[in-house]
Amino acid sequence: MNEHPAFVEWKERVLKKTLERFPERQKEFKTDSGLPAERLALPETPDEKYLSKIGFPGQYPFTRGVQPTMYRGRLWTMRQYAGFSSAEESNKRYRYLLEQGTTGLSVAFDLPTQIGYDSDHKLSRGEVGRVGAAIDTFDDMEALFNGIPLDKVSTSMTINSPAAILLAMYVVAAEKQGLKPAQLGGTVQNDILKEYIARGTYIFPPHPSIRLMTDIIEWCSREMPQFNTVSVSGYHIREAGSTAVQEIAFAFANACTYVEAAVSAGLNVDVFAPHMTFFFNASSDFLEEIAKFRAARRLWAKLMKERFRAKDPGAQKLRFHTQTAGYSLTAQQVDNNIVRVTLQALAAVLGGTQSLHTNSRDEAITLPTEDSVRTALRTQQIIAYESGVCNTVDPFAGSYCIENMTDRMEQEISALIGRIDAAGGMIAAIESGFVQRQIEDSSYAYQKQIESGERVVIGLNKYQESEEVSPPVFQINKFTEENQIMKLANIRAKRDNQRVRKALARLEDVARGKENVMPYIIEAVRCYTTLGEICDVLRSVFGVYEEAKGY
Amino acid sequence: MDIQRCRGRVLIGKPGLDGHDRGAKIIARSLRDDGFEVIYTGIRRTPEEIALTAIQEDVDAVGLSVLSGAHNELFPEVLRALHQAKGGDIPVIGGGIIPREDIQHLKELGMYEIFTTGTPVQTILNTFREATERYRQKKHKIP
Amino acid sequence: MNDIDEIVKGIYLKEPRAIGRAISIIEDGDQRAGAILKQINAKSIQDSTIVGITGPIGTGKSTIINQLIAHYRTQGGRVGIVAIDPSSPVSGGALLGDRIRMMRHAMDKDVVIRSMATRGKQGGLCASAAAAVRIMICSGCNPVIIETVGVGQAEIDVVGLADITVLVLAPGAGDEIQVMKAGIIEIADIVVVNKAECPGADSLIMELENVLHQRNCAVCRVIAREAYGIENLATAIGKIDRERRKSGQFTGKRKQIRETEIIDCAIEMMRDEIRSRLQECPGNYTGDPRAIARKLIDDICVTELDMLKRKRPEVFS
Repeated sequence: MNEHPAFVEWKERVLKKTLERFPERQKEFKTDSGLPAERLALPETPDEKYLSKIGFPGQYPFTRGVQPTMYRGRLWTMRQYAGFSSAEESNKRYRYLLEQGTTGLSVAFDLPTQIGYDSDHKLSRGEVGRVGAAIDTFDDMEALFNGIPLDKVSTSMTINSPAAILLAMYVVAAEKQGLKPAQLGGTVQNDILKEYIARGTYIFPPHPSIRLMTDIIEWCSREMPQFNTVSVSGYHIREAGSTAVQEIAFAFANACTYVEAAVSAGLNVDVFAPHMTFFFNASSDFLEEIAKFRAARRLWAKLMKERFRAKDPGAQKLRFHTQTAGYSLTAQQVDNNIVRVTLQALAAVLGGTQSLHTNSRDEAITLPTEDSVRTALRTQQIIAYESGVCNTVDPFAGSYCIENMTDRMEQEISALIGRIDAAGGMIAAIESGFVQRQIEDSSYAYQKQIESGERVVIGLNKYQESEEVSPPVFQINKFTEENQIMKLANIRAKRDNQRVRKALARLEDVARGKENVMPYIIEAVRCYTTLGEICDVLRSVFGVYEEAKGY
Repeated sequence: MDIQRCRGRVLIGKPGLDGHDRGAKIIARSLRDDGFEVIYTGIRRTPEEIALTAIQEDVDAVGLSVLSGAHNELFPEVLRALHQAKGGDIPVIGGGIIPREDIQHLKELGMYEIFTTGTPVQTILNTFREATERYRQKKHKIP
Repeated sequence: MNDIDEIVKGIYLKEPRAIGRAISIIEDGDQRAGAILKQINAKSIQDSTIVGITGPIGTGKSTIINQLIAHYRTQGGRVGIVAIDPSSPVSGGALLGDRIRMMRHAMDKDVVIRSMATRGKQGGLCASAAAAVRIMICSGCNPVIIETVGVGQAEIDVVGLADITVLVLAPGAGDEIQVMKAGIIEIADIVVVNKAECPGADSLIMELENVLHQRNCAVCRVIAREAYGIENLATAIGKIDRERRKSGQFTGKRKQIRETEIIDCAIEMMRDEIRSRLQECPGNYTGDPRAIARKLIDDICVTELDMLKRKRPEVFS
């Protein structure tokens, strides 16, 4: 059989290079019956439509994946989000996860940290160390990564509004380990716009927030080139109740705003865009989720190429982390959640994710126990090593159902982005409440479907069992808050307060001007200036955001 | 077509720092569709702000949602602030991820009812109906 | 908080609980409403200014009001806000979300905010809103701002309760034509163009000047988010207020407001009476509706007259 010239070209130009640099995990991949598992299944005669819309993995428009060999080359990163009370306790959990085979760390911060308050602030009462680690000064950051060589792990930090400060603390903590910023790998979420529409941990109004994020992108592209400077998140939009189409459309509209901001700050799209990653939700509608990931990949490549004139394939590739859908978990019959997570994780893998977090069975009722976190991780490992789906790249390609659905999703997402463009862009659409209203409508409709029984949720509105649902009392260390406040008071007393005042005054000047704030934040962090103190200065310059009326 | 009378005025608020307002917004809308006038305060409010708003708006019930786990701190704070503002008689209904032991304790402190994840919306609406009806009877009673 | 005297006293003492309860009593048609209204007739009512702010959704009214509050507060004034949102015609419920943008002032006891729902287009809103305004004035608020959403007849009616009417528009909202059609633009004393930095603002202003050139109506450019133009707006409001007080127009307007309120109350009372009479003699009402209505009203008037004659013959002597 004659191979199509485009296929031959892909093999020669794309595949060969990859195989040379990154050999596949096994010499050969076989099915249980001993038949060879095809690397890439193709239509007998690829036509024009196939070539332009679906194409080959690792090549524009990347519908079939961003790498030519996908999981035959390397499995996705198994990354479990975790962060508990104090830096010390989180550190213990990280070491445990690393021992269990986790390959990347994902840091959760407590709410005061995410909103820029110190642990001793009035509004922090009751919230210190509750949903993640409390970080006041760089001293806490050092404790968080104690004994973990920062050049050997990739660290993902879920931090947005005060991202510049936490990143600065990370840099200074690495400095103490004798490492340079250029040696550090990982991701900082730094995705501020979705905070206004879904997650709620905003501090400043949109425009100055975008300036802060652009400063991070600019500084990192010079000093920390291995670091991913933004992780654009559809995940939280979905968790807030959006549909799959809205998840991707709003995330992309946010991303376009960031790209525009960076470009107008004078950055080269081909330089910074390869460090933009995405974060999506894998929910229960198995086929639609697979189609969603494929459609998103194709549409993003088009947007980057056509709208932003990105030439580097790296800038056109949609690389994303996936987490299974927290909102789909039920407090009833919690073991059912393991099955839900399995299906969702499988959809993410079939959709070609680069990294994955699987939720724990008990997450609907409490912070997960160590046991359930392990089961969640094992779920990924079973898919990776036992299911065989990793032996073939994009195995669902060519299915009429999946391809039609992929096309349809792309059209719908694209149309919704068009509506936002027409409304004057994402910031205007957020300020007017348009986006929030869209999400609320979907979320309300979804809830009504559950209430009416039109949408079946096993254990919740069908096949219920009489059981009493009571979350276990989460044993948060009662002394965490007290200890943290004491520690902070100690640092405030011992540090060079004159140097702190000077650093803050300098930072205020720079924030009012146009210069990049990163070096000044790093200096402030170095002399133990607290997160809250830095945020207060920025609040005084930038103001604070007031929530839009959603309806 | 005759227009239904308003069932009552309710405040829905999120004290504390967590921004997960999906549940609060669903409850707000469901109450609207059940004939309530709903004052929605948005996220990240202090207990004092919620109490003073409830008083200014003279609501017949307050609904609070906390998902961060800080309910044992925040719910009692709202009760205390309401009491201080002469609104200690307003029924307060809470929701969130709340263990049984805490529910017992919070009700003893004066919470009207506590709902946890997965409670059908209709159950919650019924509780609001009952609480506001009772309160409105008192409110419009001539001494 | 149920004793009338206690409530009335509380209003003058600026007690939030009393103010809130008094408004509820009136809004809900509680029997004690009359007793309260009778006792709140401070002289200050004539000294205060009532500002109506309206405009289509998404033009930034709440943000403007938020900034106006801040402006009046720095000058030491106590501000009242009556924020009106539509009721759902199906359920009778309403989402009153205007406070979200004003939460910055939530702890300020000199910012009195009351959200109200239109409770159907059957009227009564004007009477309740006017009473709420009066209660706020008696508690020391000056100015009081009435905010309404949208551009329908109900909004025009409510805005009629204000001494000065401000219409808020913004470029790109696409509702200009509707606004012109609804006629609000004809009764506006000030038109605010918010989001003045956005493309389309200049052409919107030009268009407005075209429409407004025949009458005295100020156009203010505002960027509410940055508080730009807010002082100007407050100055414009103050200027119109002073001029109208001098010219006597103010008193005329207040009389008109009072009339609106009385008519609204009367219609409300009549409505209940008519409805109960209709329920007493149910039929298919196949006759001429106008004639039936006439007869009902005549009947009511006659009965009331008879009753009055019997009860207080001295009135007719």
